[in-house]
Amino acid sequence: MQPSEAVDLAIPADRAAVPAVQGAVGSGLAHESAVLHVTGGAAYIDDQPELRGTLHAAIGLASAAHARIRRIDLAAVRAAPGVVAVLDAASVPGLNDFGPVVHDDPIFASDEVQFHGQALFAVLAEDMRAARHAARLAEVDYEALPALLDVDQALAAGSRVLPDAQLRRGEPEAALAAAPHRLAGSVRHGGQDHFYLETHIAYAIPQEDGTTRVHSSSQHPGEVQLQVAHALGVDAKDVVVECRRMGGGFGGKESQPGQIAAIAAIGARLTGRPVKLRLDRDDDMVLTGKRHDFRIDWEAGFDDDGRLLAVRFMQATRAGYSADLTGAIADRAMFHADNAYYLEHVDILSHRCKTHTVSNTAFRGFGGPQGLFGIEEVIDAVARHLDLDPLAVRKRNYYGLGERDLTPYGQKVEDNVIAELTAELEADCDYAARRAALRAWNAASPVIKRGIALTPVKFGISFTATHLNQAGALLHVYTDGTVLLNHGGTEMGQGLFTKVAQVVAEELQIDVSHIRVTASDTSKVPNASATAASSGADLNGKAAQQAARKIKARLTEFAAARYGVREDQVVFRANRVHIGNAGNGNGTATGKPGAPLSLSFAELAKQAWMGRISLSATGYYRTPKIAYDRETLSGRPFYYYAYGVACSEVAIDTLTGESRVLRTDILHDVGRSLNPAIDLGQVEGGFIQGMGWLTSEELCWSADGRLTTHAPSTYKIPAVSDVPEIFNVRLWERGFNAEDSIFRSKAVGEPPFMLALSVWHAIKDAVAAAADYRVTPQLNAPATPEEILRSLTEARQRDVEPPAGATA
Amino acid sequence: MNDKPTSPLALTVNGREVSAVVEPRTHLADFLREQQLLTGTNIGCEQGVCGACTVLVDGVPTRSCITWAVSCQGAEVRTIESFDEDETMAELRAAFTAEHALQCGYCTPGMLATARDIVTRLPQADEARIRLELSGNLCRCTGYVGLVRAIGRVLEARRQRNLVEA
Repeated sequence: MQPSEAVDLAIPADRAAVPAVQGAVGSGLAHESAVLHVTGGAAYIDDQPELRGTLHAAIGLASAAHARIRRIDLAAVRAAPGVVAVLDAASVPGLNDFGPVVHDDPIFASDEVQFHGQALFAVLAEDMRAARHAARLAEVDYEALPALLDVDQALAAGSRVLPDAQLRRGEPEAALAAAPHRLAGSVRHGGQDHFYLETHIAYAIPQEDGTTRVHSSSQHPGEVQLQVAHALGVDAKDVVVECRRMGGGFGGKESQPGQIAAIAAIGARLTGRPVKLRLDRDDDMVLTGKRHDFRIDWEAGFDDDGRLLAVRFMQATRAGYSADLTGAIADRAMFHADNAYYLEHVDILSHRCKTHTVSNTAFRGFGGPQGLFGIEEVIDAVARHLDLDPLAVRKRNYYGLGERDLTPYGQKVEDNVIAELTAELEADCDYAARRAALRAWNAASPVIKRGIALTPVKFGISFTATHLNQAGALLHVYTDGTVLLNHGGTEMGQGLFTKVAQVVAEELQIDVSHIRVTASDTSKVPNASATAASSGADLNGKAAQQAARKIKARLTEFAAARYGVREDQVVFRANRVHIGNAGNGNGTATGKPGAPLSLSFAELAKQAWMGRISLSATGYYRTPKIAYDRETLSGRPFYYYAYGVACSEVAIDTLTGESRVLRTDILHDVGRSLNPAIDLGQVEGGFIQGMGWLTSEELCWSADGRLTTHAPSTYKIPAVSDVPEIFNVRLWERGFNAEDSIFRSKAVGEPPFMLALSVWHAIKDAVAAAADYRVTPQLNAPATPEEILRSLTEARQRDVEPPAGATA
Repeated sequence: MNDKPTSPLALTVNGREVSAVVEPRTHLADFLREQQLLTGTNIGCEQGVCGACTVLVDGVPTRSCITWAVSCQGAEVRTIESFDEDETMAELRAAFTAEHALQCGYCTPGMLATARDIVTRLPQADEARIRLELSGNLCRCTGYVGLVRAIGRVLEARRQRNLVEA
């Protein structure tokens, strides 16, 4: 692993002459909690001092995939030492549901169990061990019902959580029929557990007059507030939800915390005591949703150069037992079935399959990776069929500039930089020469085979549900000139609080150390959207900027009036405010009208307060330009696109199926970075997480629907030893958002995840090498050693015996 | 919670002599967090795989979630809260911050415990060795790049100083 190059992006011309404040936009400021993290001082929810009388909860989980509950006997649970109360469906004062979109997610199952591990009841006990112990003592009599466990079974049974959707353009059937070459295939990828290091947790505190405060490890406190209010049968005004930080989220804490918070809150209301519920790792993995796995069937027509003439996709995803966020995830998979490629004649059919498994949920990329997985499979197959370099076929199919630029859903790709990025990385990483050398190397290596691939990412930025693209902020300036900032976003480690503080530091021209960003809190900024869709800094940065500008405008107006200068003669710069023709800023505050002077920001704040000027403001932002019709799946769902390219080289052992990533080069476009150090971390971390999804992270279920990989002992996320030996990650120096985003930066949370497809296709390339590149490997993700061995065997068999009726 | 068997326990926690009474099955992580109120040690998997709960027991990195508290009788336990006077840890803390070796921070205390062990036990460790030694501590956020760089930076600085002093 070579050190990533730290990129210090140039300060824009309009700010170049301004003496920088500490933590200005564009600086690689350390994470706002870094010092707390390295000293152990960062308080996660489980670290907060417990209040008098706190109870601990544990959840009793079902042990059948699909069953009617004949009888449930909780006597032993109630009698266990330390148990104070037991909650079940009958205990829910309000609605027994935590579904974020559709009301099909019971907090506690009552009559029917819909997945192995569904919550049946919760125990409240004096300590956590007692609660967890008692939760295992229930006796449940199940009447087994037929269970659909995977996509194939659900497709055959016509089982869906939501109606099918279809996106078509042009004449795909006719174009397919007329195409010189046709190929078809079917490929699958697995799901993925989020494996945030901090498991789900909520701490509910009953307060006066029927109100409740909940500390929830949540990416969406506003949603948790509603979920808890509905469960308690109270109003939103009666519930406050707070989250200072999460120990990781990755989408797993978008809709899922509602159930955890609701159980804690119900317990708190019924007992009058604070209730904490922290899931054990195994329970967390069994009970809460994961990434959607997909089966993708495809058919493609193309010309001699590999240019796609028509593509058809059937995307079938396993939603699990309920809708959760599946609708929007499957939509995004459809919107990313093109990746960076122009598909003139296209048909995308989407099935949202209902199965008797845990309800899958948001996970970094939110359907995007699944969509990209399909089209990259097509491109790779086309290239291998024609014996062309897959990169050449990729480039040939890229969206054009000013032509071939309309997506299947009708949005024009106006900010396309994928060809530039590809050319730059291709040259930087010496792709062509390495590919040639690698082929020669393989010819002389009978056991170890190497593969290489360079793949692009284009990812649409905005919530596809247009109404979610709004944000609020609250900013107070105190009379000592320090600032308290709150916004609707949440901190899960991604550095959002750092970036938003930088935006305010830049706007007010004060050091970031004078700004405290406080816990996300539904009583400070209401109705906030989830911190998701990579949009945290885009939305909350703009909202905070607007709040800062309001304050600045008031201070400017006040200073101009008080000192008798024009408003444009009041300049905020590097912790000072220059009034009049202060020039060098060394003037003193004489108080005489018209005299040039310079005050500290704090002095002006104090004077404004004395002058009875409000020093508190809200900020609000809604993303412009976007409009999209869910019925026709057309319009402009995305404000802009983020782009990146990655080239990976791998080696596989054809005797054991093991794989290693030898080298990865990444060039990623984050626009004009708000914080290059944080952005690099997002690119590196997202890539490695994507690599885990495609290589080592395998979710396995037993024949009766029980998750058997429910702990890190059996579920393998990447360790440091899995990181590419050579890992060159670079932010694109020329990055600039064509749209008016916050300081022209681009969202960075999700897009880099999909750069890991380069590893996936490099592995396929290595498998292909084992059969001298004569057949296209059939490989499903994740590429575990077992799967690589299976694919090798299958490829070699086909190499020996070509299938009858193989077409040109 | 009556009638549970308990055991007396005497040990040193962060340089302080502690006498306590614990249940035989109380693990060290819970003892530290719940009884000693040292919440800097984070619990990730409760089965000794993720490494988030790593603390030093008699100087050795130890998974506190699968270590019985009673097995630490007479031991010297150090958690992330105890290193304010420790020069090595000060260097590591600065390097972790400067190299952006953390995001959500949940794995950080355990990483630092292991990192301190690496730099003190293996002063000549190269990058490959750092990766080997650190592979028992999982981080889901960073992709490990900053972590390896931070530890390497401290090792290199220490080697440079030794050269100068020698």
